[in-house]
Amino acid sequence: MRFISHAPSEIEEMLETLSIPGVKSLFDDVPNDVKLARDMNLPRPLSEVELKRELLEISKKNKAADYVNFIGAGAYDHHVPAVVKAMVSRSEFYTSYTPYQAERSQGTLAAIFEYQTMIAKLTGMDVVNASIYDGASSLGEAISMACNIKKKNKVVLSGSIHPEYVATAKTYGFGAEIDVVPSSYTTSYETDWKQVEGLIDGKTAALVISMPNFFGVLEDVKQAQEITRKKGIMLIVSANPVSLGLLKPPSDYGADIVVGEGQPLGNPLNFGGPYLGFMGTKSQFVRRMPGRIVGETVDTDGKRAFVLTLQAREQHIRREKATSNICSNQALNALASTIYLSYLGKKGLNDVAYHSHANARYFIDEAKKSGNVKIINPKVFNEVVVEVGDLDKKYQEALDHKILPGLKLDRFFPKEKNKLMVAFTEKRTKQEIQKLLELLGVS
Amino acid sequence: MQGIPLIFEKTKTGKEGFRLSPLEVPKVDLSETLGEDIVRDEVNLPEVSELDVIRHYTELSRMNFGVDNGFYPLGSCTMKYNPKINEEVAAMPGFTELHPYAPEEISQGTLEVMYDTQNLLAEITGMDNFTLQPAAGAHGELTGILIIKKYLEHKGEKRTKIIVPDSAHGTNPASASHGGFDIIKVKSDSEGLVDIEALKELVNEDVAALMLTNPNTLGLFEKNIFEISKILHEKGALLYYDGANLNAVMGIVRPGDMGFDVVHLNLHKTFSTPHGGGGPGSGAVGVKAFLRDFLPKPLAAQKGQMYYLDYDIPHSIGKIHGFYGNLGVVLKAYAYIKSLGAKGLKEASEIATLNASYLLKKIEDMFEVPEDILFKHEFVVSCNNWKEKFGVRALDVAKRLLDYGFHPPTIYFPLIVDEALMVEPTETESKDTLDAFADALRKIYQEAKEGPDFLKSAPHDTPVRRVDEVKAAREMKLIYEG
Ligand SMILES: Cc1ncc(COP(=O)(O)O)c(C=O)c1O
Repeated sequence: MRFISHAPSEIEEMLETLSIPGVKSLFDDVPNDVKLARDMNLPRPLSEVELKRELLEISKKNKAADYVNFIGAGAYDHHVPAVVKAMVSRSEFYTSYTPYQAERSQGTLAAIFEYQTMIAKLTGMDVVNASIYDGASSLGEAISMACNIKKKNKVVLSGSIHPEYVATAKTYGFGAEIDVVPSSYTTSYETDWKQVEGLIDGKTAALVISMPNFFGVLEDVKQAQEITRKKGIMLIVSANPVSLGLLKPPSDYGADIVVGEGQPLGNPLNFGGPYLGFMGTKSQFVRRMPGRIVGETVDTDGKRAFVLTLQAREQHIRREKATSNICSNQALNALASTIYLSYLGKKGLNDVAYHSHANARYFIDEAKKSGNVKIINPKVFNEVVVEVGDLDKKYQEALDHKILPGLKLDRFFPKEKNKLMVAFTEKRTKQEIQKLLELLGVS
Repeated sequence: MQGIPLIFEKTKTGKEGFRLSPLEVPKVDLSETLGEDIVRDEVNLPEVSELDVIRHYTELSRMNFGVDNGFYPLGSCTMKYNPKINEEVAAMPGFTELHPYAPEEISQGTLEVMYDTQNLLAEITGMDNFTLQPAAGAHGELTGILIIKKYLEHKGEKRTKIIVPDSAHGTNPASASHGGFDIIKVKSDSEGLVDIEALKELVNEDVAALMLTNPNTLGLFEKNIFEISKILHEKGALLYYDGANLNAVMGIVRPGDMGFDVVHLNLHKTFSTPHGGGGPGSGAVGVKAFLRDFLPKPLAAQKGQMYYLDYDIPHSIGKIHGFYGNLGVVLKAYAYIKSLGAKGLKEASEIATLNASYLLKKIEDMFEVPEDILFKHEFVVSCNNWKEKFGVRALDVAKRLLDYGFHPPTIYFPLIVDEALMVEPTETESKDTLDAFADALRKIYQEAKEGPDFLKSAPHDTPVRRVDEVKAAREMKLIYEG
């Protein structure tokens, strides 16, 4: 068989060492009536040549690479630099596991430490963990964390959070027995602050908002700050990390926990995963945070080194009392984000954010000139909802022109007919945007 | 002293790595378009050149150790070789550039892979339906526990307890408790298997499920599995399978046939996808048909020639991940199953078990090992005798193994074995490697005899010497402060 490193004679020698006639003897303790009496019914094994041919065929049934992509909604088509790909392809990184043995895992540990630092700088938080599965599950973890800190069992969600994050938070809430209460959004796609305030009661641990929100709109974050301060509850912010190249960090408006989807930082779209959820908080809450954390220390020679720390929060030590059940996280994706942020650096991240925003503004300004489409709220970062008459037809026309024009909002909100949510990254050219405008009936 | 470098220390004002093409669209006034009070000053990220980045991360990578560097017998983690073709497949642009909300007609390839993988895993495990949404083993556990909770709720039963063996992995009790259950521990018998009499006493109408790993975390097959299943099912409780150790039994015995109702797999263990320095993994969850309607949404499905995402799952627990899971990982597992087929997977399990049994035979005289026990793909020995005789602990043995160029086994787990070394060689390691590892342990045994100090101060030949964990926890330097 493939991927086995034994010569047939060696297997014989090993069986001899064990004084057994064959490998079957090693399973003598498995009762016969539970054993599988037939071969598994699986397709025949493929050679590497066949496998590659077959999977290339299958990959081409995804027409993704042929289309210009204007879909966002939580996953963004930013450029993934060759540097990132080259570095995460180093097998010392990708074939290792959780850095339990610090002395031989300094590469992973130092990179996680850098990751924690960069996300802390972006979000303004004091401490950051080594990653959660994705943006939505990091929100799920954050609501549990807030309820534990506050010893309460309810969280209120702004109505303009990603609907799949709301769904995920509800599932986590179902487990942890937390009441997850979403409010509605306004006609201009903002949080309905009045309603939010009304939903907060004595049982509430936290308010969750998204910035920018699901619809791309920049929220009036001062409201969130005031409401949470007044009510004495925690503020959880779900943020787009690229937007933080331009926007103030959530710490500036009182966030206690910041979470978000790290995919835009150097991770390909991959139909939704693997991505990474980031999470940061204030230092006073660090012992309540889920996930792995790396700390700086020294070795016996006094040289700087890094190590997994504060493990008394974690499942392998604390078991049912752990802050979370998480074990493996999304380390390689976090490494990609670290390398991405190092490579782009101060100016590069700002440029990517600025270009994405400028592209969105160009689309908005052009669209506004025409009466055929309507921009509902132009106060956005890189994504905007546009009302387009006869959307289904225009959507199909765009597909025919190899353009994915955006997300039809009625996928999540059935009443939002003829609403298209269009996302922009630095990759989109002026020409592509003009083509999209034309296809939407703006010329 | 300087020690391990950080990218922040390479930064020089004005250095640039990445550069975008010039802006084609008109410039914007951010204070107008975003609002003055929300625009930030610069973010203090590194300023380095492209080559600086490459040199730095290449240097860091060389301080790491992966399966490609050498033997990595980390028990319970199945650190088998990660076939390179799988990396190539998962990097095909058709897969990587697909947006999760792209229309189904342009996502047929990935949907086909999802649909096929669900079915392949069902056949391998003897379960009826699979979801690929959970992103790791523990995430799968939480998913499985919530499926059980929702099912019981649907039946109108309020069961509040979940039983886990005292040998269980920490994620089992943690997942069950984050699912809202109280945990009860069932002890192991003298052989290291679930104590049947103790189990009988614990199971009643309050118990929702037993979480079991089989082979268990000691590497032993729970041969009373039918009886265990009967004890649970007779009281209306379910049986949950932690698939961390499936690598021992593929094609030999299936969880579905053993009576398990819910199963999670770790595709990053059994199905050869790389561990990535701590993820991404994939924790696919399989259930028997009566639980299908409780799975997370959506599932991949097929209608005629078209694949689609099926959201019609009446009692679904909802979503456990923002999108559909770690599909880049699923792809690699799919490629692996396609490469091996039924015979290859079975042989993988057989050779994994042969390797473990052989290695144990080579080293058992040096450790405390239970007698006459048939281990499966991994085994657990105790360094108690080292501690008593030489004052050397499992930790010291592990650190010294690093000097010999090996990644150490898992240590101090399972908790029921003192000074545990948990060794899982996997099927992909050669006899020569196993022999060399056994030789290294024998040399370390000699070194221990000569006095503990040298081992207590190991490792001696690694990028850094033994690190001070206490200092890290006390000082809590968790970000670089410059
Ligand atoms: C027995 C067992 N169960 C569960 C897990 C958790 O898996 P993951 O790290 O993928 O969450 C592990 C991981 O090492 C394990 O060994």
